Amino acid sequence: MITAISILFLGALFAGFIGSLTGLGGGVIIVPLLTLGFGVDIRYAIGTSLISVIATSSGAGSAYVKGGLLNIRIGMFLEIATTLGAIAGAAIAVFAPTHAIAVIFGFVLIYSAVNSFRKRYDAIEINNSRPLKSTKLMNLLKTDCTYSLGSEVKSYALQNVGGGFMVMSIAGILSGLLGIGSGALKVIAMDSIMKIPFKVSTSTSNFMIGVTAAASAGIYLSRGYIDPLLSMPVVTGVLIGSLTGAKVLMRSQTKSIRVVFAIVIALLAIEMIYNGLMKNI
Amino acid sequence: MRIIMGSLLRIGVLSSAVIVMLGGILFFIQHPAETFDYNVFKGEPARLKQIHTIVKEALEFKSRAVIQFGILLLIATPIVRVLFSLLGFLIEKDWIYVTITFIVLLVLSLSLFFL
Repeated sequence: MITAISILFLGALFAGFIGSLTGLGGGVIIVPLLTLGFGVDIRYAIGTSLISVIATSSGAGSAYVKGGLLNIRIGMFLEIATTLGAIAGAAIAVFAPTHAIAVIFGFVLIYSAVNSFRKRYDAIEINNSRPLKSTKLMNLLKTDCTYSLGSEVKSYALQNVGGGFMVMSIAGILSGLLGIGSGALKVIAMDSIMKIPFKVSTSTSNFMIGVTAAASAGIYLSRGYIDPLLSMPVVTGVLIGSLTGAKVLMRSQTKSIRVVFAIVIALLAIEMIYNGLMKNI
Repeated sequence: MRIIMGSLLRIGVLSSAVIVMLGGILFFIQHPAETFDYNVFKGEPARLKQIHTIVKEALEFKSRAVIQFGILLLIATPIVRVLFSLLGFLIEKDWIYVTITFIVLLVLSLSLFFL
């Protein structure tokens, strides 16, 4: 037992480290690691992964809060969508056949890998030329849309809140169904759809990941998906790994790591899909 | 307020991580010869699924319960953070966001206590 747990710890360490370097997150690695690497039933795997997601989100989150880049109001409003989605996703996970979960997971993995290469642009530059159409909902939400970049205070306006809300629901469902953070999808919802500046989107997304995961954690716990002995090495490993990764983060070198990692993720995804279709998982 | 939230998160994660690790060490002392058996899903025993039994057994220093307690703390951390946001909005008398945050808390408690 102790060897298995030690190997798990090392694997989680690695997952957390690479996850924070590439921005892909630990959750997408933990589930394949457990199911494909250790033959663990996917239900234990998503339970363990979800807990590690809360750990890394909260662990890294303390750094994000300080910058004032977190738009807590819009985050909280969108949390309605994500938490409801998370409960729905967890409910689906309870009743869905495990091989279906594995296949869906594989596809989400592929999407994550592809998505990590998306060009990121700051939507705020493009917006300034267009007249802003504000809806009643936006006026109601009256969020404080400013953030500080060094000594500057920049402002932005929300767009398409309804669309953002819908995509956030999907992010929540995926989080609850697969035990992942869905950070990438959340950032897309805010950055691309709602035209929130990228830095604010990532900070807000980070805050939201923990709350969303906590929403499905309750269901996972009561269904017995969360095992203490699996969680222990994974949570501690991923925490230490991701905090180390955040410190080591060297922008210039991450491009090649990302490419390698994306390939590894894609291979894992194919294995997950294959095993899911073969009903091995 | 922001500083409180940042420290809150860090304290929450750190204390839960410490408790989880202590629980792990306890486990190897109490159960030196367990096997790794997660290939078939059996689900956790009831005493490790319910909050009140987890707390009770954790206080008795039963290793698995101690770890689960650490995990409960971890789950609680973002929820407490939402609670703090609620307090912040209350202080600012931002009633729309008090309502919004309250809805989120409602969903969270639904998940934790009723589902």
